[in-house]
Amino acid sequence: MTIKLEIVTAEQVVLIDEIDQLNAPTKDGRVGILPKHTPLLTILDIGELDIIKGGERNAYAIAGGFMEVLPDRITILSDTVERADDIDEQRAEEARVRAEEVLRQSDVSQEDVIAAESELRLALTRLRVSQLKRHSR
Amino acid sequence: MPSTREIRRRIRSTKNVGQITRAMEMVAASRMRRAQRNVESARPYSERMMRICQQLLRRVVDKTTNPNLFRVEEDIHSVGLIFITPDRGLCGSMVANILRQTAVFVREQKQQGHEVAVYAIGKKGRDFARRTRLNLIAEKTQISDPPKLTDILGVAINAIEDFVDGKHQEIYISYTDFVNTLVQRPTIRRILPVEIEDIDDHDQGLATLDYTYEPSQKEVLDELLPRIVESIVYQAVLESIASEHSARMVAMRNATNNSKELVRDLTLTYNKLRQSNITQEITEIATSAVAMEKDRPWHR
Repeated sequence: MTIKLEIVTAEQVVLIDEIDQLNAPTKDGRVGILPKHTPLLTILDIGELDIIKGGERNAYAIAGGFMEVLPDRITILSDTVERADDIDEQRAEEARVRAEEVLRQSDVSQEDVIAAESELRLALTRLRVSQLKRHSR
Repeated sequence: MPSTREIRRRIRSTKNVGQITRAMEMVAASRMRRAQRNVESARPYSERMMRICQQLLRRVVDKTTNPNLFRVEEDIHSVGLIFITPDRGLCGSMVANILRQTAVFVREQKQQGHEVAVYAIGKKGRDFARRTRLNLIAEKTQISDPPKLTDILGVAINAIEDFVDGKHQEIYISYTDFVNTLVQRPTIRRILPVEIEDIDDHDQGLATLDYTYEPSQKEVLDELLPRIVESIVYQAVLESIASEHSARMVAMRNATNNSKELVRDLTLTYNKLRQSNITQEITEIATSAVAMEKDRPWHR
């Protein structure tokens, strides 16, 4: 028994596949989706997306978005989704340093702090996803 | 009959025009390829947005939690029109077609006693709204290429808010749908309130149960619904840009071909004229020679 997963960004179709299980970060915490799930519409948070298919686990970094779950299909609409292989660790590291720099300063506006915080979380997620991939090899 | 010099000048200027249109054709061709790629790669996203929206329409049982974007009013006073056009002309009949279609739409709405307010994206539509004294509420020109979502967000949000505030009871969008390089179709459709489309059998069985909303129905819908409308507007802008570059490339190619044909015709006329001038001159000399011989027979 599998469930169809579609991950789409405004620029491209990232993935269309039949999968066994999906673990996704929603605003209320992580959820696991199996086939025949009840219809669900939810807002995704920054975090890692775990796709389990045939005993194999694949991680994606996602920068928030929407997820629609129907019994036979999951649709994820997001602004940015990256495969572990596509993540540039060096750039993620630089982004992390940059975001931390902003957070350390005291004279930044509220919006800048919020922006930097989500930058930092995205960078950390990228690093974690990318490292997960390396360890599993 | 024009003189040979005049024809030479026309040949030269026609060739120049041909060179310019050829250059414009090549520029349009490369932009067209990119714009077509953009529009096609963005379609899956907006299609899925629409699919979710359609599902929602059938499922949202308690419409009071977010009545705004689903609200259907019987009594219509005013409609909003998001009008997407190119900034520039020289793209064949595309601008004329979209303007004509929109003029018809505006006339029909006014006949029904509806006011029409325009949210223009693109200079041609804005100028049209000003010229015909329509109520122009928001405008955005000089969209970057490739367009960014933030370029059109202001106008889109403006229209959505006016709808939510009850200033308009319906919102329409007018743009040029990109079919292929040779065919672009001017299109007007209602985007708010969202229309329920016919669903296929596959979805029908699933449509009975309402979603579980996390964190809550209100929060999800408040975030998702504006995004759906934005994605419709953004997709329409991409369609319009791809149409514009395609139409311009075809128009410029036609112009280049026309100039080649003109040059050929003019060259033929020029050669004929030159030939006949020479013939005439020779005839004149010969005739006068004969005439002079007649006058002075003692030289024979």
